[in-house]
Amino acid sequence: MVVTCEQVWHELSNYLDGEVSPEVRVAMDEHLRGCQKCSAVLDGTRNVIGLYGEDRMFEPPQGFSQRLHKRLEENMPRQRGTAFGWMVAVAAALLIVGSFEIGDSSAFVGPQLRSEHAQPGTGVPPEMMVVVAEDGKLFHAGAGCPLLHDKAHLRTMTTSEARREGYTPCVRCMKQYLNESAGLEKDDDDDGEFASSASVGK
Amino acid sequence: MEEESRILAEVAAAHDVVISVLQWGVMPEEAISVENRAERLNEEMLIRRIRDGEHELFYELIRPYERRVYSTAFAILRNEADAEDVAQEAILKAFKHIRQFRAEARFSTWLIQITVNEARMRRRKEHVEIMQPIVDHQDDEGNYVPRDFADWREIPSETLERSEVRQKLAEALASLGQKYREVFVLRDMQHLSIEETAKTLGVSTASVKTRLLRARLMLRDLLAPGLGGSWSSKLSFAKGTKPW
Ligand SMILES: [Zn+2]
Ligand SMILES: [Zn+2]
Repeated sequence: MVVTCEQVWHELSNYLDGEVSPEVRVAMDEHLRGCQKCSAVLDGTRNVIGLYGEDRMFEPPQGFSQRLHKRLEENMPRQRGTAFGWMVAVAAALLIVGSFEIGDSSAFVGPQLRSEHAQPGTGVPPEMMVVVAEDGKLFHAGAGCPLLHDKAHLRTMTTSEARREGYTPCVRCMKQYLNESAGLEKDDDDDGEFASSASVGK
Repeated sequence: MEEESRILAEVAAAHDVVISVLQWGVMPEEAISVENRAERLNEEMLIRRIRDGEHELFYELIRPYERRVYSTAFAILRNEADAEDVAQEAILKAFKHIRQFRAEARFSTWLIQITVNEARMRRRKEHVEIMQPIVDHQDDEGNYVPRDFADWREIPSETLERSEVRQKLAEALASLGQKYREVFVLRDMQHLSIEETAKTLGVSTASVKTRLLRARLMLRDLLAPGLGGSWSSKLSFAKGTKPW
C-alpha cells in the first residue's frame, strides 16, 4: 500500500490516536520516512497536542479557589456529619416532591413542543438531570430507556433546560412523574434540596 | 455500611500494591492502573458519604478538578470572568445533583459534561459572538490542507512557563470556530476519550475525529511558524531576563 501526502494529512490525527489499521500505519510510516513536508506536519501536530495537554495551559485567576469554596459554603445545608444524614435525605426527598410543580410555573413561556402528542408532565422536577438525543423529541431519565433510539448523539441537561429546547418527558421512563400531583405545599425555594430539615414538618 | 467496608478494603488492598511497588522500586504497567483504581474507589466512597449528608467532603472530591473545570469553561468562553462564573455554576450543579451521578461514568467526565453544558448555555444567552472566529470557513467535509511546512521538531521544556507562549497558544485556540474548539478542548486538553467527547457534545464519533483532525492541523498552522522558528529563538535570547 502506498499513500499520498493528502492521505497522510487526512489520517494524521487518527494515526496519532492509534486509530488506524496496522496496514495504514505501516504505509504512513513508510511515507513519513521519505517525506519532509509530512514529517514536519506530524511533528508539529504532536507538539500542539503536547503543549495544550499540559495542565498549566489556562491558570485560574488569583483567588479562584477561595471564591469557589465560599460560593459552595453559601449553598450547603447547615447540618454536618452523618448523624443527620438520613434526616437530610428524607427532607430532600420530600422537598423534591414539593418542588415538582415549580418548573411549569416559572419563566418558560410555552416553548414550541417538539412533539404534538407530548404531555406537559407537570410533575417532573425542573432540576433533574435527563438525557436527550439531538434528533429526538423526548427527554429521558437515563440512556438506558428503550424508547431512546439514537444513543450515539446524547446530551445531558436538566429537565428545565430540556423543556426550553422543546423536549417533552418520555412517557415510558418518566412515567412516574406524569400527571402526578404532589399533594404537598409548593416551596418557593428553588434549591429545595438544600433547605434545612426544619421545614420537613410543614 | 457493608458496601462501605467493602470499598474500604478494596482501597486498602490497592494502596498496599502501590506501596509495595514503591518499596521495591519496580513499576510494572499495572501499577498505574492500580493507582487509578484506588483513586476511583476513594472517589466512589466520597460520593457515597456526600450523598449520605457529609456535604463538606465535596470540597475534597472536587479539589483535583477545580482547574480543569475552569480551563474547560475558559477555552469555550474565552473570557476570565464568564469562565469563573460558569465554573462555579457547574461545580454547584454537580453538588446539587450528586445523587444523579451514575457510577459507571468517571466523576471527572461527568463534571466536564456539566461544565460544557453550562458554558454552552452561557454563550447562547449572550447571543452575539464577541470575537469572530478567524478560521471557521471550512466545512467538516472538505479536506484541510496544511498551509505551512515549517519544521517544528522540538519544544524547549520550559516553553509553557513563558507567559507569552501561553498567550500565543490561547490566542490560537480562541481563533478556532466553536465546534473545533470544543472537540479539541475535551479531547486534547481534558483527555476525554473520543467516545466521551462525542457523548458530551452530542455528536457522532466520526465528527469528533474529523473536527479533531482539523483543529489540530489548524493550530499547528497557526503556531508552527512562530514556535518552530522566530518566537523560540527570540525567547531563548530573552531567557534569564524575565522573572517567569
Ligand atoms: Zn508527504
Ligand atoms: Zn424514555
